Amino acid sequence: MAEQTYQDAPLHEHRSLWMDVWLAFRNHKGALVGVGVFAFIVLAVLLGPFLHGIDPQYLDIQARNAPVSWSHPLGTDNLGRDMLAQMLAGGRISLAVGFTAMLLSLVLGTGVGVLAGYFKRLDGLLMRSTDLFLALPLLPLLLVIIMLFRDTLRAALGPETGIFLLIVFVIGITSWMQTARIVRGEVLAIKEREFVTAARSIGTRERRIVARHVLPNVMSPIMVSATLGIANAIITESALSFLGLGFPPDFPTWGRLLFDGANFISITPARVIWPGLAISLTVLSVNYIGDGLRDALDPRLRGT
Amino acid sequence: MPTEPAMANAPVHSDSATPVLLEVENLAKHFPIMRGVFRRQVGSVRAVDGVDFQIHERETLGLVGESGCGKSTAGRVILRLYDPTAGRIAFRGEDIGGVRGESLRRLRQSMQMVFQDPQDSLNPRMTVGSIVGEPLVEHGVAKGTALDERVDELLNAVGLSARFANRYPHEFSGGQRQRIGIARALALEPEFIVCDEPIAALDVSIQAQVVNLLQDLQERLGLTYLFISHDLAMVRHIADRVAVMYLGKIVELAPSDELYREPLHPYTRALMSAAPVHDPELEAARERIILTGDVPSPADPPPGCRFSTRCPMATPECSAREPEWRELRPGHRVACHYAGDA
Repeated sequence: MAEQTYQDAPLHEHRSLWMDVWLAFRNHKGALVGVGVFAFIVLAVLLGPFLHGIDPQYLDIQARNAPVSWSHPLGTDNLGRDMLAQMLAGGRISLAVGFTAMLLSLVLGTGVGVLAGYFKRLDGLLMRSTDLFLALPLLPLLLVIIMLFRDTLRAALGPETGIFLLIVFVIGITSWMQTARIVRGEVLAIKEREFVTAARSIGTRERRIVARHVLPNVMSPIMVSATLGIANAIITESALSFLGLGFPPDFPTWGRLLFDGANFISITPARVIWPGLAISLTVLSVNYIGDGLRDALDPRLRGT
Repeated sequence: MPTEPAMANAPVHSDSATPVLLEVENLAKHFPIMRGVFRRQVGSVRAVDGVDFQIHERETLGLVGESGCGKSTAGRVILRLYDPTAGRIAFRGEDIGGVRGESLRRLRQSMQMVFQDPQDSLNPRMTVGSIVGEPLVEHGVAKGTALDERVDELLNAVGLSARFANRYPHEFSGGQRQRIGIARALALEPEFIVCDEPIAALDVSIQAQVVNLLQDLQERLGLTYLFISHDLAMVRHIADRVAVMYLGKIVELAPSDELYREPLHPYTRALMSAAPVHDPELEAARERIILTGDVPSPADPPPGCRFSTRCPMATPECSAREPEWRELRPGHRVACHYAGDA
């Protein structure tokens, strides 16, 4: 055949998919920087408290509103609590909430979107439920959920785990609707493509068609939703904390630090800047990672 | 492309040459039209509306007609990608019109399809090896090294290098992609393949290669084809018998030599006259039959003969009574009141 080229390629070169993805990902500069920044943040919140041994709850009333110094690298707040220690402790919670809530909303949104798009029977029911959730007034709903379940969960699982699960659940089930709508639209387009008909004509089972042909082709919007979802979850958590519905007041999270600091912005602007910067950097780095991953997962953009 | 209709196999002229592989009787597929808030059905598009034919083993039946006449739908209904609205589809004598679930999946092993758009019919996120191997994995035919070997064998059979197994569809040209699609269709060693305009999206030079490949494979593997196309010259080249479709019905079916030499239905004649001839002298003398008007909507086909609204020979009888599906000569059937009179 005159059409053949690449004769020099070895017959069964072992190219695994993930190796290809990694090679392409490595070429995406933004994504690499994102991985670096994100890894730094994660390592800092995990290992930082061991290096910086001050208890975030310790009140050193004589050193309140202290500026940057060796003993308090990011200064202190109006009650003399060490800012760096609070940032590190708060980061653990914020990141954990952000990721878990994002995963929950992603799984829900993708599941609903794929089922609604692929199975026409379910479309009406699922999309009307999505509309229902979109139409619900979220804040009163959150109030009611938290009022009803906070004490029960606290009693059952301990104050921290209980409230963590509750917040993750509340954020997750109130933020999946956009993902569901976007995914459904994409699935509707993908399932009319000829390769899906081809899969059906060779006798591929429906669930394999969804897993092998539909899902990988709706990866891009899912990735974008995921990266935006983390940011959304961190911010919603801080809003809940601000309303007194989230973690208890003595329990630092980035969002709570930010809102607490907002009152003192004229005295100690650093109290707003540091948590704000941490949230922005997390969101930005995750965004870039998602971007790089999306490009790397698409063979057409991957190059050869 | 050869200048003369060179057949790979001797054309099958009589109906009894080889056993019947596929028989279609009065097949219909209507797509409902839904309107309004309550999605009530207000009508239906009669994409295929009463089609009869038989395909014999190792034969190629060409199915021609203009865009929208229902030829692709017919192919897809036969493969049960759509459920037929009415009629009977018999494969090896067994009615497959109502088969579902696991038995339908097993049936798919013996009937495959080659698609029109080689770009769209291959999943862009899968490697060529996994595309070609998918049917084998799905039906549990091969695994591991046996799977790799079979994929290599299939790629070689369609004239591609086994080295391509790790590459992605977007790295190939249209002709190569169509070969990948053919390799996938061959994976389960089917007896019957519906080729749904397999060459329409390709360059002319590549078209001939793909058609020759299909003919080679037919000879080697004893395949039976339903070859759907609007390219009359190509159908003449590959098909043993040809069926002409108009607005959801077959108007004429004959051995391909005979059909091209002496078309009996006025629509077939108009269709033939529209195809250019390769000899400039003959081309200059070619008389074109220009049809007036548009194809009526398949949602509201005309009464009587479907073609009566545009037929140059139409009489009042044509729109009053539907013509019979007559066998005018052995193996040559026409649906026209006046065919063979003149």
